[in-house]
Amino acid sequence: MPTTLRDEAAIAGIGQTPYSKNSGVSELALACQAVRGAIADAGIEPREVDGLVTFLMDSSDEVEVARSVGLGDLSLLSRVAYGGGAAVPIVQQAAMAVATGVCRHVVVYRALNGRSGQRMGQGVSGDIITSDLIHWSWYMPFGMLTPASWVAMAATRYMHEYGDCADALAQVAVVTRNHAQNNPAAAFYGKPLSLEEYYNSRWICEPLRLFDCCQETDGGCALLITSPERARDLQQRPAVIRGVSQASFDGQEQMTSFYRPDMHRLPEMERAGETAYAQSGLGPADMDAAILYDAFTPEVLMQLEAFGFCGPGEGADFVRDGALAAGGRLPTNTHGGLLSEAYIHGVNGVAEAVRLIRGVSHNQPERCEHVLVSSGVGVPTGALILGRDNG
Amino acid sequence: MLTPEQKQDLETQIRAFVGRPTGPPSVGRDLVNEPMIRQWCDAIGDANPVYLDPEAAARSVHGGIVAPPMMLQAWILEGWSMHRGHGEPRDEQQRLHKILTDAGYTGVLGTDTEQTFTRYLRPGDQVSAETVIADISEEKATGVGVGYFITTRTTFCDAKGIELGTMNFRVLKFIPKEAPQSAAANADAADAQPQKPTRIKPPLSHDNAWWWRAVAEGTLLPLQRCAQCQKLRHPPRPMCDDCGATQWDHIAASGRGALHSYTVIHHPRFPGYEFPILAALVDLPEGCRIVSNVVDCEPGALRIGMALQAFIHEDEDGFKLPLFRPAEPA
Repeated sequence: MPTTLRDEAAIAGIGQTPYSKNSGVSELALACQAVRGAIADAGIEPREVDGLVTFLMDSSDEVEVARSVGLGDLSLLSRVAYGGGAAVPIVQQAAMAVATGVCRHVVVYRALNGRSGQRMGQGVSGDIITSDLIHWSWYMPFGMLTPASWVAMAATRYMHEYGDCADALAQVAVVTRNHAQNNPAAAFYGKPLSLEEYYNSRWICEPLRLFDCCQETDGGCALLITSPERARDLQQRPAVIRGVSQASFDGQEQMTSFYRPDMHRLPEMERAGETAYAQSGLGPADMDAAILYDAFTPEVLMQLEAFGFCGPGEGADFVRDGALAAGGRLPTNTHGGLLSEAYIHGVNGVAEAVRLIRGVSHNQPERCEHVLVSSGVGVPTGALILGRDNG
Repeated sequence: MLTPEQKQDLETQIRAFVGRPTGPPSVGRDLVNEPMIRQWCDAIGDANPVYLDPEAAARSVHGGIVAPPMMLQAWILEGWSMHRGHGEPRDEQQRLHKILTDAGYTGVLGTDTEQTFTRYLRPGDQVSAETVIADISEEKATGVGVGYFITTRTTFCDAKGIELGTMNFRVLKFIPKEAPQSAAANADAADAQPQKPTRIKPPLSHDNAWWWRAVAEGTLLPLQRCAQCQKLRHPPRPMCDDCGATQWDHIAASGRGALHSYTVIHHPRFPGYEFPILAALVDLPEGCRIVSNVVDCEPGALRIGMALQAFIHEDEDGFKLPLFRPAEPA
């Protein structure tokens, strides 16, 4: 029995639907397209899939997906909570199942009509009294109803600690948009963003302007995870899971971890990174590219620090140096990110990391042995390190 | 809720009204006359001499007293009889409204009006009017509820049948988001007043209802205190994370605070809040932090570390919550 997840599983297939503002189909239809796409990409039969993992908030039931796609008998049906925080932990669930022999082929998926249906950016409300809703009760009467408002509260404090970095946020928005110009699947393909447009965009929640906030998308994305040995026999170059983690931290709340001594750090992300580095035996200097969860631009600066790509407070300078661009020190969000490709809750970022390892990204760096991927910021989250197969 | 079939039936029924006159043309009860003009000007507060002073009016371009153009509709109103309400529909518009009311679209809200005027009216003019149901929108989701916008177009004519002006008047006939407060609102939907939107109220459970009750009863800033180890905690939770005790009471914080972080919220603009919202995270000297709003302060004057003072704010609907304002300099 393995005692670590290092090199115990690999991503062998990726599938995605078109990304749009109005899919015109059900979320179940999107999920089925994405799942079938991942299975076809790997080159196996639907009946060979024996595990499904998705987001707690996904509306497509595993058994409905299984019946629609023609999957066979399932040995694992599992879900992970906390929105985009689940993007990496669903891969962890799959890797654990494969490593322990519970499953041979697990598909993880996320599909949502995030623009035409239930929109995350519209904020919280609700009638069912849960501990989560009582948590929001401390914010709703005061008008803090949206993800932008919660993130802005942390961003203000970050700027107070480390100095104004509006220009670095602009850089994140523009560089990420540039990446989308080479990715035909991106929602903002063919729509570059100038610094002038960025600075002229309206305030959402200060210090966040419109283009500091990601879009909302209709679409689905799925990944097929199996053992590295089986992956080698399939039709794509395997993206081997070197390390994968889930992490929550002392004082964690869902998006409102306002009560810790330091608000300008992401301790759960630091912990997720440390765990994944320790598993893999790698460190930040070994990463050739990064996919950082970019629902809002300040989160990118904070994650660069949390994962050790730069020191505390150095995120803005790191970005100003041009590090995130395709030819930069750490090409980041080469698909266009949540900001400019699509908001599939981070799963589309994992798919891009797989493309980077395969060498087929639309913004492919010359050397790409290892890629770090993060999931949702400000919630229980996770980190994933993918590597090229050496076996 | 209507089934899709019922919704389709309803739409077929109401669409049949489009293009129909609400009834035969109506003729004003009185000819245009100086006493009514005077009363209207008194009520509006308009002292223009061309409406009120025969000599001044005679010297003006009008050559005599004219009626204020905005009175056009006033000349054909039914007067006191309108107060009988609309128990039994008496014209096509009322029949249309009743069909919608019976289907659950009990609310009615005048949304906007557009008028045109072709000439000034003079004492002795006769005004008649004909109203047509001009348009019914697709069903729309609005802040007050889902409903249909109904536009009527009224054409006003003089005794010779020459057009004096037009009026487009639009109402929203809607399913109120919350049930009407009284039976009277149902009985006479035309008189229903839309409720002013209010801030979202905290959902209440065993773990937080006591806090809001304490605020409502006048405790400025309640802070939960572990009954065993005395640790203060906010936001409240059912168990002490230090000693595990589930017994607790609360103290009243001093109300003093210092701004730890903030955001100025501009968008999206939820009904029930005044924008921009100055959302604040406040360090309390008791050792806790709390989210609230800062008021009586320009957004540009917010500074991390600034001294704040809490007070209990009461909304128009009676809901109370603690807000902060900049502290007076000592």
